[in-house]
Amino acid sequence: MATAQTRTLARTMMAPAVIVLLLWMAVPLAMTIWFSFQNYSLINPLMTGFAGWANYEYVIGDPSFTQSLINTLILVGGVLLITVIGGIFLALLLDQPLWGQGLLRIVVISPFFVMPPVAALIWKNGFMHPGYGMLGHLWKFFGLQPVDWFNQYPLFSVVVIVAWQWLPFATLIFLTALQSLSEEQREAAEMDGANAINRFWYIIMPHMARSVTIVILIQTIFLLGIFAEIRVTTGGGPGYASTNIAFLVFRTGILSNDIGAGSAGGVVAVIIANIVAIFLMRAVGKNLDA
Amino acid sequence: MGSISLEHVKKSFGEVQIIPDITLDIKDGEFVVFVGPSGCGKSTLLRLIAGLEDTSGGTILLDGEDMTKAPPARRGLAMVFQSYALYPHMSVRDNIAFPLKMAKAPKEVIDQKVEYAARTLNLGSYLDRRPRALSGGQRQRVAIGRAIVREPKAFLFDEPLSNLDAALRVNMRLEITELHQQLKTTMIYVTHDQVEAMTMADRIVVLNAGNVEQFGSPLELYKKPANRFVAGFIGSPKMNFVDGQEAAKHNAHSIGVRPEHFALNRTATPGVWKGKVTVAELLGSDTFLHVQVEGLGLMTIRADGDETYTHGDDVYLTPDATRIYRFDAAGKAI
Repeated sequence: MATAQTRTLARTMMAPAVIVLLLWMAVPLAMTIWFSFQNYSLINPLMTGFAGWANYEYVIGDPSFTQSLINTLILVGGVLLITVIGGIFLALLLDQPLWGQGLLRIVVISPFFVMPPVAALIWKNGFMHPGYGMLGHLWKFFGLQPVDWFNQYPLFSVVVIVAWQWLPFATLIFLTALQSLSEEQREAAEMDGANAINRFWYIIMPHMARSVTIVILIQTIFLLGIFAEIRVTTGGGPGYASTNIAFLVFRTGILSNDIGAGSAGGVVAVIIANIVAIFLMRAVGKNLDA
Repeated sequence: MGSISLEHVKKSFGEVQIIPDITLDIKDGEFVVFVGPSGCGKSTLLRLIAGLEDTSGGTILLDGEDMTKAPPARRGLAMVFQSYALYPHMSVRDNIAFPLKMAKAPKEVIDQKVEYAARTLNLGSYLDRRPRALSGGQRQRVAIGRAIVREPKAFLFDEPLSNLDAALRVNMRLEITELHQQLKTTMIYVTHDQVEAMTMADRIVVLNAGNVEQFGSPLELYKKPANRFVAGFIGSPKMNFVDGQEAAKHNAHSIGVRPEHFALNRTATPGVWKGKVTVAELLGSDTFLHVQVEGLGLMTIRADGDETYTHGDDVYLTPDATRIYRFDAAGKAI
């Protein structure tokens, strides 16, 4: 890439791929924005034409929107909290030399390979069902009234399921970070009189700061759009108790057959994701600088 | 105070025996170097003393107190690692202060000691930098600084200079020796470099395959090697060994002559070794001649720097009769 000629050549050769990529991103986004300003309901084909801000006013003005926004933040925050703390804890355990380590690691990673709807079904019927779920049996064993998780604690239940799925990812990243910590540094800290807690706090945690950041950033991107787990378990209910923004878009656009309002919700979701991203980068992004 | 005694210390990793049985007495204030070829167990021995490895047998006494089972922190020793093992996310100041912080020293004491260490090691202007912004030699000094603030009973150095370039190594060698004279604390220094061992040590422990071959002062090792291994390991270039008939003339299984203990001649003299120069290494101060001696093999000779031998020259070698080392069949010095 030294001379002007090779630079021009490189740009020309890359152009087709870049153009395809741009179209791939720009066209669906443009269409969504276009639909969000249209009267476009599948129930009433006669209602057409430019809608102005009506769709946005309809989506944002609805009390369910505020609740969905709060639910989204609780969902993301709750899962991050469980996976980061739990992941560090599990990684510390798995880093210890023990028999059958390889097999154990695979077992720990395995929830990540279960597809979201399947995972949700396992939890819904296998664990959280008040009649024949494992937790129901456990409660009954202790003589307690089984909890109807999805009606009594709908959002909490979804958080638990999603956290279960993402815990292995966090554990895996933290484990690799732990293993890249030089043995001599740990030994030096040991010679310097640092006990296990101090070693964790002053040596291991600073070393892991970058991977914690990466886990938070990557997970946030995926957690903002959680859908399958909600669809399979609570269906967003009761009421709007476990509806997040992504599910609200689905409810508006597909269940209510209002493509215009659904698109407006989609655009709002994109904007919210960007705001969250900016805040996150401000908060933890400095850890990424080498 | 910092005397260290090892009594019948043993170490094996599973089936593999690294250290069969070592008994050593290191006096307070001594600078002792463990030297030996790679894999001889010298680093393992150091780690046993530090408490980073558990012994498989025997006892380790520090100032007469049994510390065999004590954790590293309780032994009151400080270690400087080969990779320096600085904490990358802490400034130089925090690195040096870390052991004191762990010991819950009051802030003024920490500041004062860090200040002292920085002055001793010329680190004053780097205190607020991170380790990655330092050169190799500076990092080494920070590692030493972190060790001295604790005022340990003894310092343990694990090949601390092997990551530095040649010029810096000579410099740091001097600095560590000076530091020892200043602090008068016991130091144990592990290296595979016999020049480092000879120049720094009060006493040298020569290790081979986990056994102490000889423990003595540098000149003692040079002048009176206990066996063929020590004779070959100490001294640079290496001692020349001759087996068979020539050795039998001196009533020995093999004899050894150091490169510097030869007289050279260009003219034939009866009864001396005749050879041809294969390579002449001109260092200016000295000339190292590699000579193919008839019937005895390749020998290294240290000649005066003004000697101008070249490839193919005939040369006649007379070993200094008073400085021929004799060894029996087991390699022991006679």
